[in-house]
Amino acid sequence: MSLNNYLILSALLFTIGVFGIFMNRRNVIIIMMSIELILLSVNINFVAFSSYLGNIDGQIITFFVLTVAAAEAAIGLAILVTFFRNRATIDVEEIDTLKG
Amino acid sequence: MPVQMPDISLGLMLPEILVALLAMALLLMSAWYGKEGRGTIGWMSIFGIGLAALAIMIGGGTGETTFGGMFVDDTFARYMKLLLLIATVLPLLISFNYVHDNKMDGGEYYVITLFSMLGGMFMVSSGDFVMLYLGLELMSLSIYVLAAFKRNDQKSSEAGLKYFILGSLASGILLYGISLIYGSFGTVSYTGIAEALANSHGHVTPAVGLGMVMIVGGLSFKVAAAPFHMWAPDVYEGAPTSVTAFMASMPKVAAFAVLYRVLIITFPALHSQWGPLLQFLAIASLAVGSFAAIAQTNIKRMLAYSSIGHVGFLLIGLSTGTSDGYQSVLLYLTIYIIMNTGAFALILILNRGGIGDELTDFKGLAKKRPFLAVLMATFMFSMGGIPPLAGFIGKLYIFMAAIKAGMISIAIAGVLFSAVGAFYYLRVVKYMYFDEAKSDFSMPVSSASQAVIVMSGVIMLVWGVFPGSLLSWTETTVRMFQ
Repeated sequence: MSLNNYLILSALLFTIGVFGIFMNRRNVIIIMMSIELILLSVNINFVAFSSYLGNIDGQIITFFVLTVAAAEAAIGLAILVTFFRNRATIDVEEIDTLKG
Repeated sequence: MPVQMPDISLGLMLPEILVALLAMALLLMSAWYGKEGRGTIGWMSIFGIGLAALAIMIGGGTGETTFGGMFVDDTFARYMKLLLLIATVLPLLISFNYVHDNKMDGGEYYVITLFSMLGGMFMVSSGDFVMLYLGLELMSLSIYVLAAFKRNDQKSSEAGLKYFILGSLASGILLYGISLIYGSFGTVSYTGIAEALANSHGHVTPAVGLGMVMIVGGLSFKVAAAPFHMWAPDVYEGAPTSVTAFMASMPKVAAFAVLYRVLIITFPALHSQWGPLLQFLAIASLAVGSFAAIAQTNIKRMLAYSSIGHVGFLLIGLSTGTSDGYQSVLLYLTIYIIMNTGAFALILILNRGGIGDELTDFKGLAKKRPFLAVLMATFMFSMGGIPPLAGFIGKLYIFMAAIKAGMISIAIAGVLFSAVGAFYYLRVVKYMYFDEAKSDFSMPVSSASQAVIVMSGVIMLVWGVFPGSLLSWTETTVRMFQ
């Protein structure tokens, strides 16, 4: 497998993640999954580059990113729970009290 | 294979260590003492920030690095860290009563604020992209929580959720950019990348260009520059007002410090690429900041658009790529923090009297509380850039730097937009002075808030007339970028 295959895969996952955030009109959980997908696509990038360049930095960065992703998911779900308590919904279209 | 331990001099990160230990100790204290300890935790966090400020002022600033170059301690980091501490202390001082009245004073409020500031301090001192990312996440994750801190309030939790979703997207974009940069150079250290770029004689691969654009995009989300500003008005309006005061100043300082590090230290060779990019962001921010603010009726939303406009001015200064421009950005940022916190302090004071966030709620303030009205007018005039107040000096130096760098059309556009912006600042003054009062504005003003607003007002006047000291501080700070 060449480096390109990995990079294309990661670019695809990244694109799917970004589109998942903007195109999804149904559920905030799907948005959280898309965010996770973006971070994982970055990890593929780091590991692929690390192996290609023979440089260990990228693999270490991956661990940091995984840790931060876990913290981010925890905080995101906590905020989502308070939102659900107040509004009894997690529908994306219902997040509209603040007009932006 | 023996593993070599790098030299680690913890003394360089004394301020960070102090803040981290204090935040953890306060977290334990708030769990231990429960209700009785609440008042003291706020004051102790302020005391701790004072200690950290002392540690910053006493030593450091030598340009030494530690943790294998991940952590840099230079004059710029020192100045920006002091600015971060000020941008945290002032919002804390004005928010004691608000936090108490809204039952947000479980102690965690202060702890999370401290952690957020700690993240900002690491960003300011970052020597590579990993440190930048980790500091950014520590700062942002804390602020998402703060934005949703009024647990039973619909608007607050919605603001937190919106900020979280868009903020994580921005972090993801930034991180993807970092991965592309890493793949192109095999290193994530700022100086390593700068060296590799200098050796490549201006040849830039598309991956490097894309990576840099994604990093700048992610960071401009954090400073709320248009077109990445969509979250700002909603989050500013929905978040508790004391948190809005905090997140209108502290994250901007940290993100601009990182922009300095990324653009000036890492990518100086790419100035011909990022200069126009920043100019585009600046003009877009100025346009959004001045025209969209006119339509607002809520003062927190109005100040959100106003801060987008201020970011536009800051980006003009940064895009010049000259040391005059870098100095003018520091100057403007310092002034912005103080006048912005002053304005939020007044909103918080009025909030105590049951007065809401609508612009019309300010009607007739001058007749009942002339002192508060004079200070509010000072901050509004200063934001609008009317001499002899400090805001004028900030704008003047930005425009002078732009003209010196040959960006005449950008400077003219900036002047025009600031004239449009003056309209909505003056509207607040008009409401306060020329309209009949609806309420009697009989709210108490705590001595801490009073000290903050009086001090900010005086500083606006003093720096507006005698900017000498501020000029010399910022000049010595940016000297290292030459």
